[in-house]
Amino acid sequence: MSVDIGAALQGIHAALPAAKVAMRTNPGPSNQHSLLVGNESLVDVLRFLRDHLDFDLLSNVSGVDWPDPAKADAVAVFGEGEETAREHGFLEVVYHLYSTSRRVGPLVLRARSADRGENACVPSVVSVFRSAEFQEREIFDLYGVIFTGHPDLRRILMWDEFVDHPMRKDYVAPDDYEYEPTPHDDVLVKAKRHYPAES
Amino acid sequence: MISDSSMPYSAPTLAPGADDDQLLHVSLGPQHPSTHGVFRMNVVLDGETVVSLKPVFGYLHRNHEKIAEGVTYLSSMPYTDRLDYICPLSNNWAYAHAVEKLAGIEVPERAEYMRVILAELTRLINHTAFMGFILGDMGAWGSALMYAFRERELILDLFEDLTGARMMANFMRFGGCRNDLPAGWAEKCSVLVDDYGPFLDEMEKFLVGNEILLARCQDVGQLPKETLINGGITGPMLRAAGVNYDIRKAEPYGIYERFSFRIPLGDKGDCYDRIMIRFLEMRESLKILRQALDQLPEGEYVNPKAKIRGFKPPVGEAYARIEGPKGELGFHLISDGTVNPYRYRVRPPSFINLTLLEDMCLGLDLADVVIILGSIDIVLGEVDR
Amino acid sequence: MAIDPQLAADLKSQGVHVTSFEQLINWGRSSSLWPLQFGLACCAIEMIAATMAKYDMARFGAEVFRPSPRQADLMIVAGTVTKKMAPQVVRLYNQMAEPKYVIAMGACAISGGPFKDGYNVLKGIDRFIPVDVVIPGCPPRPEALLEGLMTLRDKIAKEKLMGKHRVRHADPNGAASFPVPEYGAHDLEPAVNRDIWNPPAITREGGEA
Repeated sequence: MSVDIGAALQGIHAALPAAKVAMRTNPGPSNQHSLLVGNESLVDVLRFLRDHLDFDLLSNVSGVDWPDPAKADAVAVFGEGEETAREHGFLEVVYHLYSTSRRVGPLVLRARSADRGENACVPSVVSVFRSAEFQEREIFDLYGVIFTGHPDLRRILMWDEFVDHPMRKDYVAPDDYEYEPTPHDDVLVKAKRHYPAES
Repeated sequence: MISDSSMPYSAPTLAPGADDDQLLHVSLGPQHPSTHGVFRMNVVLDGETVVSLKPVFGYLHRNHEKIAEGVTYLSSMPYTDRLDYICPLSNNWAYAHAVEKLAGIEVPERAEYMRVILAELTRLINHTAFMGFILGDMGAWGSALMYAFRERELILDLFEDLTGARMMANFMRFGGCRNDLPAGWAEKCSVLVDDYGPFLDEMEKFLVGNEILLARCQDVGQLPKETLINGGITGPMLRAAGVNYDIRKAEPYGIYERFSFRIPLGDKGDCYDRIMIRFLEMRESLKILRQALDQLPEGEYVNPKAKIRGFKPPVGEAYARIEGPKGELGFHLISDGTVNPYRYRVRPPSFINLTLLEDMCLGLDLADVVIILGSIDIVLGEVDR
Repeated sequence: MAIDPQLAADLKSQGVHVTSFEQLINWGRSSSLWPLQFGLACCAIEMIAATMAKYDMARFGAEVFRPSPRQADLMIVAGTVTKKMAPQVVRLYNQMAEPKYVIAMGACAISGGPFKDGYNVLKGIDRFIPVDVVIPGCPPRPEALLEGLMTLRDKIAKEKLMGKHRVRHADPNGAASFPVPEYGAHDLEPAVNRDIWNPPAITREGGEA
């Protein structure tokens, strides 16, 4: 059963008047609209949803990289509003909440970092939902989002000595191209770098 | 460490009074017969007792999500086969379901029935193989697995007949399936469904009262319901603890509303319950299969309006999930209107079910860790992606 | 120093079996290969299926999967080798006792396969350890694994243990272990072992440079 996101928003506004929460409409046919939550109130909002609206299952936490804010505008999930006036790109974390008792969901929440550099911080929600523990570590590993307050923020999939964040859009993988008999498309571009053509 | 009064967090990593010099640090895996692939755990032992357990992931991290962002939507379908490689067809369905939600594609009735049949056969394969593997973890190395793989081969023959591949089916398409059932396939499947019950009886006869199984599994690895839900545990693990949450009933997708079946629930949530839940789920799967085969309608096997080449879903995002054999398998897709997904995320049940592994193992013996890990039923292709 | 086949056949009819030590040793080795119980990914399931009820690898003396590399002769690299896993694979190979053989099972172990574009995927285990037999497929069927095993048995049966062309493990100067790569900031270091792996030197036909 799909969730009544307007009621959830009203509930949050009533209980946490200071929280910055704004609705983001999803233009696609999936009818899954989301709530953009300010970083300072993210943990409180999640705790409120868990304790008072019975959203007890944090199913999924995704990281998204938006290096180009114009692109984020074009994808209208990010719709109108003050956020579109950004100059640099940012990293985003998307939460999907379900209620096992009321059997509704998903309630989609999003939080954003200030930029993609040193301030790529989003508060950790592990204190409210344990299920975020490994997923936040994964997002830290692959996107470089720093989850403030995470109890054990280490790399999870790549090795500890690794320095890059490979899921970012601007990541360049190490070039370990090898011989391929019939190069074409992207592989041909690589082949041109590695093997000279017969003249 | 942060704490929250309403929810338990990890127990202290050292037992009170434990002397660090006396502790034994064991690195279990990545090459270990009981870690189901290349999973690794750093275990700290006080004598035989586990005082800390830290999973180490990534030994099979093969960049599924990154690769998927660089290829078209349909090109990711064969990669989903390789996520949870014991049950490729469920993964196919989950992904097709997510893209159908993203683009608003209708699925014809016959295709829905085919999907249900294939997904439930996959559940049979997964749970049967699970029986073999967990018995192997308890020391019955090989013999239980022999029985399990004997039956698995019969189902794989059906898959091969239909899709041309034993394991990596690449069968679902957005809006249906790749091809229709070949002549006589439904009849063969029907015979298999009839014969599967006696096999389950046989397997159950060997296991239910088995003294070793009882001694090793009962009262091992329980956690309170609330902690399990909070930890994101889904699937048979959660239902073994008595939480009535199966996506087939809670948020029916496909045509599951049409079938009459029950959701088996456990009582204590120990490893024994987790094994028995899977037995009962297989019996319910057989019921669904029987109904689906009897009702299987004629018609299209794929929506003729669904576009295969140059498929571009509208701008937007979607999160869709199905009840995979291991738990909630979800896909989160963001489309920017091009042929490639802007963001492609898999919500892997095996990975998230491991969140509470340490909590389940603390204070138990090292030998119990192997059973608990076996009862979670992980597949590394999905854990690390 | 081959034996006249006619003479050998005559003697065999009299109940006398004539052979050479080389043949005898190779026959023994090829008939009881003990694989390392070591599954990496999808192919491991098919590897298990090959040992189970329907395909029964025990018919060829190769069902005794050993969890310890010290007791194994054959490493079946069954699945994708990631860069994070590669040092462990090389280390396991180094820990195996001579003579040791490697089967690269499946497209991933051979070349990275479908995951070749991945930043964490090793483009073939032959970059670090010598491979005896490759089995293409994704995943190869159990029959294909049996076929690979047959190929390896034939290869072992033809091994020269003495003389100039003897095999690596019979050569006192032959390498028994290979350097283990280390985790670097961006990639494995070194990314390949140039002593054993060099891509063919090719030039592309025509086109701009």
